[in-house]
Amino acid sequence: MKSQTLPFTGTPEQAAELQKVIAELKDQPGALMPIMQKAQGIYGYLPIEVQKMIADGTGIPIEKIYGVSTFYAQFNLQPKGKYRISVCLGTACYVKGGDKIWDALRKKLGIGEGECTSDRKFSLDSCRCIGACGMAPVMMINDDVYGRLTVDQLDGILAKYN
Amino acid sequence: MKTLEELLKLKAEAQAAMAQKTRVLVCCGGCTSSGSLKVTAAFEKEIAAAGLADKVQVVKTGCMGLCSQGPIVVIQPGNIFYSHIDELKVGKIVNEHLMGGKPVKEFLYPETVADPDKILAMAETNFYKKQLCLALRNCGHISPLHIEEYIARDGYEALWRCLNEKKPEEIVQTMIDSGLRGRGGAGFPTGKKWLLAAQQKETPKYVICNADEGDPGAFMDRSVLEGDPHVILEAMTIAGYATGSHHGYIYVRAEYPIAVQRLEIAIDQAHKLGVLGKNIFETGFDFDIELRLGAGAFVCGEGSALMTSIEGNRGEPRQKPPRSAEKGLFQKPSLLNNVETYANIPQIILKGADWFKAIGTEGSTGTKVFAVGGKINNTGLVEVPMGTTLREVVYDICGGIPGGGKFKAAQTGGPSGGCIPADHLDVKMDFDSLKKIGSMMGSGGLIVMDEHTCMVDIAKFFLEFTVDESCGKCVPCRIGTRRMLDILNKITMGQATMEDLDKLEELCSHIQQNSLCGLGQSAPNPVVSTLKYFRDEYIAHIVDKRCPAGVCKKLVRYTIDKTKCKGCTMCARNCPAVAISGSIRQPHEIDQVKCLKCGACMSNCKFGAISKG
Repeated sequence: MKSQTLPFTGTPEQAAELQKVIAELKDQPGALMPIMQKAQGIYGYLPIEVQKMIADGTGIPIEKIYGVSTFYAQFNLQPKGKYRISVCLGTACYVKGGDKIWDALRKKLGIGEGECTSDRKFSLDSCRCIGACGMAPVMMINDDVYGRLTVDQLDGILAKYN
Repeated sequence: MKTLEELLKLKAEAQAAMAQKTRVLVCCGGCTSSGSLKVTAAFEKEIAAAGLADKVQVVKTGCMGLCSQGPIVVIQPGNIFYSHIDELKVGKIVNEHLMGGKPVKEFLYPETVADPDKILAMAETNFYKKQLCLALRNCGHISPLHIEEYIARDGYEALWRCLNEKKPEEIVQTMIDSGLRGRGGAGFPTGKKWLLAAQQKETPKYVICNADEGDPGAFMDRSVLEGDPHVILEAMTIAGYATGSHHGYIYVRAEYPIAVQRLEIAIDQAHKLGVLGKNIFETGFDFDIELRLGAGAFVCGEGSALMTSIEGNRGEPRQKPPRSAEKGLFQKPSLLNNVETYANIPQIILKGADWFKAIGTEGSTGTKVFAVGGKINNTGLVEVPMGTTLREVVYDICGGIPGGGKFKAAQTGGPSGGCIPADHLDVKMDFDSLKKIGSMMGSGGLIVMDEHTCMVDIAKFFLEFTVDESCGKCVPCRIGTRRMLDILNKITMGQATMEDLDKLEELCSHIQQNSLCGLGQSAPNPVVSTLKYFRDEYIAHIVDKRCPAGVCKKLVRYTIDKTKCKGCTMCARNCPAVAISGSIRQPHEIDQVKCLKCGACMSNCKFGAISKG
């Protein structure tokens, strides 16, 4: 696990929103994951500062929260770019050349898995099957899905987000 | 709502409303990724502009199955089947078909207009005519956002009959008699599970739906959740009544936001109609359902890990026994079934166990949905009676391999499954037959591979997946799968010896026997089955240092056929490593030491003189 590279920039408004979520959910059985999911919705990721706030608000030890946040792939300890690229490397996409799309994007953006470009514009992740196997290989940029991809199309697609 | 008459009245009204209008059904399942939302918007706009809004209804449906032809649009009546529709084609369809009554032949799915004298309905095409949809029966036919449309197709009648006409024991007996087996992977008899949960004295009990569909390549659960969410709510409520539970959880993977959204809407509608929540159908029975989102961990598809995750922990599995039916979620008796399993239940209640048992084979009753992908013409969802052969699915329904390629193998059951070679194309696809040849049904992913697929590379791919997804709790899975991957890496790099192969086999059996949960126990399956059927490919990598499919980069050799080479110099000019030499109009040669194996020479040769292998 990489350490946090970019400084935490949370606002008091975000903290207040998180406190509200904690107050609302903390007495439900098994509330930790829903709270963490909402917290990530507020901040975009779960830096250690946010995990501490959850620990203070719920009384759940920080060790456990850190354990949960590092177990699940969808909890991000690193910030994400304005445009989040995720490339499907599920079976169907792999068979259709998803790995070539992945390699080409890493080269083009100069970042690796889970990283964010220094201008915080793009972040890159590989993902498990997103269930669009009929259109393999597939990638997503935020909520837009691009299917039947070839490496040649990538520059054109990325340019749309500049 | 209390009486059956009230429900049937609602049903008749909904059916009448649906029959009254021409319905434009737009697939908004997987087709969303091909742009079907834009198509829907275009239809709504053009229909309003044409003044047809009170005669024509645009319906966003769940997945229609034939994903490779998306976006798909079907117009009722007639079930006229349009494929590859984009917003530019919509105007013409509205003008000619909806206004003029003449389907636009050039946009129709080609097979439906092969005979110039008639237009085939969607269900008459090769892809659909051999299918039998039980779990997917409503997908693509109704709007998942309207509870009335679900009721129009017998929705909530099974629940009414259970609560008013049947004792819990009778329902459990029906499930046992039906022979239904869990569709999530292991094929455990559903009735037996229900019985065990019903017998527990401790309360509260929980009913859980496993919607953490994690097998890469499988998307049938997503289609049911997105296309027919109410069937899950109805079936879970029936399960609650049958086992004495009042609280349900649906654990959905967070990668399926549309499914989550449609389930939330469905739960809300069901509450309002009084078919979920307190005092259902005014019978005094309470049952409610809560959604819980996964967070991207494959192992959470395993029952005990899923429950640990709902409790708010790292999703690690635990030792069994005790079974979840005895001590499951929050240490209380819990009943866990998969989405596709639940989707069969209301119809089994309405039509009876004997009806269901008559479909499929003796040991595997009913149907199975397969998510067919990979090197195949018709990718998408296929639901067929259990026991249908692989050949029928691959060739008759899915139209074979693109470009007339040769079928090499199919991988079933995802990372826990195995491959089926061409010799076994006639294997019956049911739980026991697949197990017998060393594969497994799994959740029903079916990836087709042709001769350009390297089986060692595929085994390595699945191992990478399990190494990545191993939760780390038990040693055989955490360390063993990694050691297996190391050996596979060596093999694909051409650095392995035959002793490594023995070690690999030893590791396989050790991990299968000693892992804590199903993920670890089945992790070696892709290696075991490729070793069984494609051992010669492993040996070619190890002994001959050759990858027969030309996939493993380190082992690929590009060579120029001197008799075909015209000496045009195209290859040499495109080689980034300057590895090709030869003078003009003379046969060229590749320096294997300098060659980067990028393949640029081969794609630039106009004479087909360069081959790899």
